[in-house]
Amino acid sequence: MNFGFSDEQDTIRETLTRLLGDHATLAVAHDRLEAAEGFDTATWAALAEGGWLGLAIAEEDGGSGMGAVELAILAEEIGRSLAAVPFAPVLGLAVPAIQTMGTQAQQKSLLPGIAEGRTIIAAALCETGGLAPGKVTAQVAQDRLSGTKTPVFFAAEASHALVAAKDEGGTPRLWLADLSGPGVTIRALDPIDGTRPAAEIGFEGTPVEPLPGSDPAAIGALLDGAAVLAAFEQIGLAGRALALTTAYVRERQAFGRPIGSFQAVKHRLADMFAKIELARSNAFFGVWALASKDGRLPEAAAVARLTALDAVQFATEETIQLHGGIGFTWAADPHLFLRRGWQLKAELGPADAWRDRLLGNLAS
Amino acid sequence: MDFSDNPEEAAFRARARAWLDANATVRDGSEKVQDHFMARDAAEVARARDWQARKAKAGWAGLTWPREFGGQGATPIEQVIWNQEEGRYAVPPNVFLIGIGLVGPTVMIHGTEDQKKTVLPRALTGEDIWCQLFSEPAAGSDLAGIRTRARRDGDGWVISGQKVWTSGAHYSTHGILLARSNPQVPKHKGLTMFLVELSDPAIEARPIRQISGGASFNEVFIDNLRVPDSARLGGESEGWKVALTTLMNERFSISIGRATGGARAEDLIALARRVERNGRPAIEDGEVRARIADFTARQRGLEFTSYRVMTSLSRGEAPGEEGSIGKLLLGRLRQEMGAFGMELAGTAAGISAAAQDDVARWRNEYLTAPGNRIAGGSDEIQRTIIGERILGLPPEIRVDKDVAFSEL
Ligand SMILES: Cc1cc2nc3c(=O)[nH]c(=O)nc-3n(C[C@H](O)[C@H](O)[C@H](O)COP(=O)(O)OP(=O)(O)OC[C@H]3O[C@@H](n4cnc5c(N)ncnc54)[C@H](O)[C@@H]3O)c2cc1C
Repeated sequence: MNFGFSDEQDTIRETLTRLLGDHATLAVAHDRLEAAEGFDTATWAALAEGGWLGLAIAEEDGGSGMGAVELAILAEEIGRSLAAVPFAPVLGLAVPAIQTMGTQAQQKSLLPGIAEGRTIIAAALCETGGLAPGKVTAQVAQDRLSGTKTPVFFAAEASHALVAAKDEGGTPRLWLADLSGPGVTIRALDPIDGTRPAAEIGFEGTPVEPLPGSDPAAIGALLDGAAVLAAFEQIGLAGRALALTTAYVRERQAFGRPIGSFQAVKHRLADMFAKIELARSNAFFGVWALASKDGRLPEAAAVARLTALDAVQFATEETIQLHGGIGFTWAADPHLFLRRGWQLKAELGPADAWRDRLLGNLAS
Repeated sequence: MDFSDNPEEAAFRARARAWLDANATVRDGSEKVQDHFMARDAAEVARARDWQARKAKAGWAGLTWPREFGGQGATPIEQVIWNQEEGRYAVPPNVFLIGIGLVGPTVMIHGTEDQKKTVLPRALTGEDIWCQLFSEPAAGSDLAGIRTRARRDGDGWVISGQKVWTSGAHYSTHGILLARSNPQVPKHKGLTMFLVELSDPAIEARPIRQISGGASFNEVFIDNLRVPDSARLGGESEGWKVALTTLMNERFSISIGRATGGARAEDLIALARRVERNGRPAIEDGEVRARIADFTARQRGLEFTSYRVMTSLSRGEAPGEEGSIGKLLLGRLRQEMGAFGMELAGTAAGISAAAQDDVARWRNEYLTAPGNRIAGGSDEIQRTIIGERILGLPPEIRVDKDVAFSEL
């Protein structure tokens, strides 16, 4: 039993903290929030340049062949930096889907482009009914897809989409759609976090190719893995919110002393800390289960997701509260965290779906 | 990042399990939920002593104590493995936790050679049972405000005063006692620590009944207790430093102990299968499922947090920041699970129809949990510690810090 990071992994984290600190500053996050297109292409390019997008891609496919733990470190640092980049769809969902369910040809044609930052694949799994494979209504017949997927993040920036749709026998599977193909309409939505653009994609007879290994069980495992990585992104975000607020309450004076010396403030921050550390412990177990292909992954992913959602919501809401009036302004940083927190909730669905998955797993 | 046993750990677990199989029976779930560290009667104390003696003889007691003190020099991880395995068996309560977890480590650091020789081996084998005589009626969270007085008398000391909430004092043989030796200096500076024998007629322990119905803690009256200077643990007026060692080990023992007391979220799942809500099995009810899922997530988080603490220790690092959250979150979780279990189990919440039915079991959990939130540093004190020591927030205003105790 060893429940921490290795020296090499610590070094990776330091490098990433520096790289993201240089590129994805909070000033950039504000700028992206104002811009029509939220995507921070410069940071994405810098990550590609440093070889980080190919972290978990095999060497023969243009990556460096590292594992889930290293990917989790990247997720946490992206969360901490608030970088406006498509981590979850591309590295959390598309890459593992293609690796575990795709053909050799699909891997060769798509993975090198992802590692180089040229190819962005959006994840079109959700529909209005939610994320669960059983809720899918989009349909593929004779390799042509029809249906509506929403919300899809980075749809306008992506060349392809990873789509969940039923096959002719009614079984949900995953397919790759070329978004420049016929029958694709993309309608921009108005997400709470404008730094990660969202859209609804309509498909009408759009040609798709199947990921042959995708079946409901494999899709479930894919979502579990993505939830573990998202939990790290969430912890990174919440941890940064805590650090920001801690620094603020040490400086800000009221009634002749720093507001951080008042218990109502101090204890709120202690609660934030406790929630974040609890979530971190579950995320650690989750990434171990993911990396070691342990049978407890479904349980581990759900508990990681539930505690991470709770930590983020509490930390981001209280970050605004403890900043006072300035925390309610558009120009200040706190709302960036709140918005991103909701974005991370939207990407893989809110708590109720994961509570149900957990209980389905434990009580069946 | 590795949760599985390495080969040495797996071998250790197998050895532990083999010994436990040969010497104890596996729990079957019918055991009464009770505080894991408290004996209910003399017979249970006797059984606990017997179990401890057998463990000591076979080399399973004081696992993490250094070998020079009769321990096994085992790693903290091995201690956790042992706790996990022993927890599966119906064994007597561990009434030795204060002796082995708190007093032993304090004596190792602050004790004389003589104290180490007399205290440590007997704590290990269970011959001596220790209690912690710190809190007083007027000083709990603000422990340094205690009033029990120790006065020099010839080459010894005379101690008088009152302690309260002393867990297990009624069956303990010994106590670690904090007293005020000099009231003319500020409160933290005039304290001295002693090791005392509870059989002395100058000490009287009277059990106090708790809201859970049992009486596991006591008020303890000390009336002109004479002890030799060799009973002093650590320097004169250095009692606060010694007490901090004890308190640190207390928090640590709590945070690496079993992640929850008797009840677990799994028990709520089992209950929800057996009972109905809105005319169908409760386990099919959306709200029931949601509550149990959230309890499970929090409970797992606490379990895995204790593994993180272990990892830091095995690497020879001080337990990291994560160690402080277990104590803060556990009591509240138990309280909420107890309340929910009681509501789930009974048509009228809290009313039990037969001894040991589901309501009684969850009610017991619910009525025990508040103690977790108070003992060993209340939730509020834990939050202040996290805020100040971990997050580095400015300290509370402490008006009594530099004033002589006698002037307060
Ligand atoms: C089950 C149980 C077993 C125990 N066993 C032992 C034992 O074996 N030996 C022993 O010595 N003691 C023992 N105790 C005593 C325990 O350590 C004290 O009860 C505890 O430290 C609180 O002190 P108090 O009871 O005096 O409450 P107080 O200190 O009076 O606290 C009352 C309330 O005020 C809050 N409060 C106090 N100070 C502050 C502050 N600065 N900021 C914010 N809130 C504050 C507290 O959090 C609490 O909610 C035990 C207690 C319990 C419940």
